[in-house]
Amino acid sequence: MPAERIVLAGADERDLTKLAEYRAVGGFESLAKARRMEPAQLLDELLASGLRGRGGAGFPTGRKASFVPKPDQTQKPIYLVVNADESEPGTFKDREIMFSVPHRLIEGCLITAHAIGSRNVFIYIRGEYLHEFEVLRAALDEVRAADLLGGVTIVLHRGAGAYICGEETALLESLEGKRGQPRSKPPFPAISGLYASPSLINNVETMATVPKIVELGAAEYAKRGVENSAGTRVYSLSGNVVNGGNYELENGTTLRELIYDHGGGIANGRKLKAIIPGGSSVPVLTADQVDTQLDFDSMAEAGSMLGSGAVIVIDDRCCMVQLGLRVAQFYMHESCGKCTPCREGTRWMVQILNKIEEGAASQGDLDLLLDVCDRILGKCLCPLGDAAAMPVASYIDRFRDEFQAHLEHGCPMNGESSLDGIFAPVDQHHHSPVADAITR
Amino acid sequence: MSTQERSLHDEIQDVLALYPSSRSATLPALRLAQERYGWLPPEAFREVAEALGETPAYCMAVASFYDMFHLEPVGRHLVEVCTNVSCALVGAQQVLEAFEAELGVHPGQTTEDGEFTLRTIECAGGCGWGTVVAIDHRYRERVTAGDVPGILAEVRGGEAAADAG
Repeated sequence: MPAERIVLAGADERDLTKLAEYRAVGGFESLAKARRMEPAQLLDELLASGLRGRGGAGFPTGRKASFVPKPDQTQKPIYLVVNADESEPGTFKDREIMFSVPHRLIEGCLITAHAIGSRNVFIYIRGEYLHEFEVLRAALDEVRAADLLGGVTIVLHRGAGAYICGEETALLESLEGKRGQPRSKPPFPAISGLYASPSLINNVETMATVPKIVELGAAEYAKRGVENSAGTRVYSLSGNVVNGGNYELENGTTLRELIYDHGGGIANGRKLKAIIPGGSSVPVLTADQVDTQLDFDSMAEAGSMLGSGAVIVIDDRCCMVQLGLRVAQFYMHESCGKCTPCREGTRWMVQILNKIEEGAASQGDLDLLLDVCDRILGKCLCPLGDAAAMPVASYIDRFRDEFQAHLEHGCPMNGESSLDGIFAPVDQHHHSPVADAITR
Repeated sequence: MSTQERSLHDEIQDVLALYPSSRSATLPALRLAQERYGWLPPEAFREVAEALGETPAYCMAVASFYDMFHLEPVGRHLVEVCTNVSCALVGAQQVLEAFEAELGVHPGQTTEDGEFTLRTIECAGGCGWGTVVAIDHRYRERVTAGDVPGILAEVRGGEAAADAG
């Protein structure tokens, strides 16, 4: 069913980066409506809408907002922080939201700020998103000039290249001008977040959904999608598919519809082998699970997660050991080094996977790899370690024969895998003459 | 350029005003310094530290955490090829090899004339339109190995045109 779009609505027909165009399609009317409502009433709407966070964890947005103390319950400023540090491999939806409907994001921020009584909004945008930063800055200038901020300040804060800063407490550390290493919880950010003040942290897509909820009313919004997964999502489709891109679809749409009806099917006439349904950190699905619905519960039932809604299509040319190696390399590179299981474990994973790919591993090495994964899972302050261990363990579980074949004869693809020889980034800070100069 | 007429110190003071805590300006201040120097030499850390009221060691500890800060000199142009899963599945390796062949350097290296530094990067967020290549932080999407000579000619040519103008 081709549902109406909510987050990206109108972006194909008009240049919604311009305030006048956005207002022509009813932009900022939800903000006016929200400001006529009591914050408590607005929070109730968010709760009733069933909206769940679009960053990856899927926590109910209204509930998270309700944890923040009310302005009369705290002496401290209340902060709204928007997580625009989109970095989960496969995910590029927040980027499109920012470059195509920046005003909708800003409107969502201002509505949410009103709901929690915040006067200070920070948008933490990943450093690589230069164009998106410029678009958002121009949009914000227009909003400011049109006097729509209503006394709220919005600061755009650019990251500088660190996946881990998408983890909310690492993001706060980074925003405070530190190395982006996650904090231990509790206290949760709602109580003690940015500058040890109450803080609500929400994803870009979550914020860009809020204006429509206010416009329709929670009950009407909640009719879209399926149980426990209300509304639409902007699914990022990539990999071996004909038409990669972002597709905003109602939750409950099947992977098959996304990949074949919207994405045009598998590229180059190849055969579907596997699907990563929620960004590179989630367990893989096999080709026969292509009829799984894209919603939180269906994905959990299928043994995976909806994560960030990033669907990576993998065809039959891909060696699953190489895929595991590339994914493990990424998380090793991005581990902040704070927790031992993640810092050491991701390195071990890469070493063992390299050995398996080279055909030099024994059965004991494969067992050791699963053991290392097990010793990472659930044992770190943040989910980064899990993000490496979960997918790799799932590749072994679901493509066991392929791993076994590597043990016996080396890579069965003989250099023909689509990932063959792929480079992980070199260590950017392997040696620094500056370090020598400063410490001299 | 008019921005260059103001001192780095003054530019950092403008950024400081955005935050309740001066330390929050560390990343923006380092970026401003890097825009001036092209990378972060010792004097950049000293200037940033002085403007923020931090120590150079603190600023360096922060900078070394983030991939976009250069602790070593880089070429005039930064060529970054995404080699994460989605791009890798559609031929990032071939694109990278084409850049290596055209530039005569490996990832992490700078051409002898100091014009180009080639790097591989993790997911740039253009997965559905891979392979993503960022030239001086401007994305080019759906890049194939065959596009590489043209891209480099364009970057070189754009510069020649700018010099002539």
